[in-house]
Amino acid sequence: MALLNFMKPMNELEEGGRTSAPVQRDAGEPEKKCPNCHKEIPLSRLWASDLVCTCGYHFRMKARQRIQMIADKDSFRELFSGMHSDNPLNFPGYREKIETVRAASGEKEAVVCGTAMIGKQRCCLFVMESYFMMGSMGSAVGEKITSLFEYAVQYRLPVVGFTVSGGARMQEGLLSLMQMAKTSAAVKQHSDAGLLYIAVLTDPTTGGVTASFAMEADIILAEPGATVGFAGARVIEQTTKKALPEGFQTAEFVLEHGFVDSIVPRSAQKKYLAEILQMHDGRAV
Amino acid sequence: MSDAAYKRVRIARNNDRPTGLDYIRHIFKGFIEFHGDRRYADDPAIVGGIARLEGSPVTVIAIEKGHTAKERTWRNFGAPNPEGYRKALRLMEQAEKFGRPVICFIDTSGAYCGIGAEERGQGQAIAENLMVMSTLCVPVISILIGEGGSGGALALAVADRVWMLQNAVYSVISPEGCASILWKDSAKAETAAASLKLTAEDARNLGVIEKILSEKEIGEKAFYERIRGLLKEELEVLARDADLVGKRYDRFRKIGAAAVMKESV
Repeated sequence: MALLNFMKPMNELEEGGRTSAPVQRDAGEPEKKCPNCHKEIPLSRLWASDLVCTCGYHFRMKARQRIQMIADKDSFRELFSGMHSDNPLNFPGYREKIETVRAASGEKEAVVCGTAMIGKQRCCLFVMESYFMMGSMGSAVGEKITSLFEYAVQYRLPVVGFTVSGGARMQEGLLSLMQMAKTSAAVKQHSDAGLLYIAVLTDPTTGGVTASFAMEADIILAEPGATVGFAGARVIEQTTKKALPEGFQTAEFVLEHGFVDSIVPRSAQKKYLAEILQMHDGRAV
Repeated sequence: MSDAAYKRVRIARNNDRPTGLDYIRHIFKGFIEFHGDRRYADDPAIVGGIARLEGSPVTVIAIEKGHTAKERTWRNFGAPNPEGYRKALRLMEQAEKFGRPVICFIDTSGAYCGIGAEERGQGQAIAENLMVMSTLCVPVISILIGEGGSGGALALAVADRVWMLQNAVYSVISPEGCASILWKDSAKAETAAASLKLTAEDARNLGVIEKILSEKEIGEKAFYERIRGLLKEELEVLARDADLVGKRYDRFRKIGAAAVMKESV
């Protein structure tokens, strides 16, 4: 049973991972190829290092796994877990798509929200889920994030948010677009109440999420190598007919251009967040 | 599937439609244009300044596509760069300082997808507009006059009232982009246009806009006079409202809420 529990997320990682490199199953322990250094890494080692390769490459991480990594043990209390999108526009194929994704990811929507302790500092926490339609924002994601910021205002809590998103969810049309305005207004309310919001941009943070709550935090951090941008690289190439510069739209690129405060590797994130939270409050619980 | 929605997209994109500056010049008197974002540059894709509406000073901002080929190129076909959104924000904050209402005319295929635009933080510029506009304490009315392309349009449309011309469109993504991503076939743009629910009637049904403006006599004197009358009337209503910001929050807060299912867990 323990073995099966261990295997489950690995398989999901393989299915949803960005590389299609075959995993050697016959050579004993399964391995995963790092798209950066091209080495085969035993999954157990990858797992033990929070999905960071020895070369520093950060693999994508499931929302629940990230919560486990970042929140103090057993401190996470989920909020708004029952909220999910219907198919408001009757968009062709959307219902089927969302049902498939729900079954495969085990999530109802593309963001997980709640309260947690990070290094004994109480906060509201949201973590977007790349394995759910690439973290796209539809009505439910907008509603959950807005509700979380409103909750944080009510209980005077800071918000820590991990973003990962391909942008607004096309299948909910204008309703998705409006979530950018709705979440932004909620962030503003939280900010005007004098409360702290820290965003951690993870791979990839793009489109309507970049153009709303990802870029609205007091302190914006990014994971090494994460894609961070507004327009898709392919669209920019097609529009401008120009080759994109080396390292375009990476965390390092946006740091250089002044749009994030710091790049923080996964292994240092918890301590870093706890320290910032503490400096803005100081009341260790 | 019906191609009616895609026909609207074609009409909305038609080069012969009046552009932002046409509306400014015909609806208002004494337009004085102000340039620049005070950060980097002046974006010709967004024009703004002050003018009078029936005698009262207002701040007007418009995305401008231009008419001639030369002007259209110079205006970047109405695709703003971050400095355009930052100029708009500067003018809106100025309007707030001097207690002037803000009126925006929107017509863009979207915020510009360029290398420089990314380097200068296109996403951050839009995000900041959304955030600041949500608490601007003067009345804001935004009118979509042609294309309402995604975040690039929304960045000027966090308003107390959002209106659309009868043949304007408002969408999260272009129908071509949607078809290309979902079905790997941009030729399915007609299906995408119908599915995206991007017409003025759709937007009204979804609670995204308040009013559809008739295009009867579009570009003629009577057309602009009609819009001037509507703006004046609405600004009088908004001027009496003591809770503009609260109502603006609620306006956006409720959009999409009905589409969210809440299971008890």
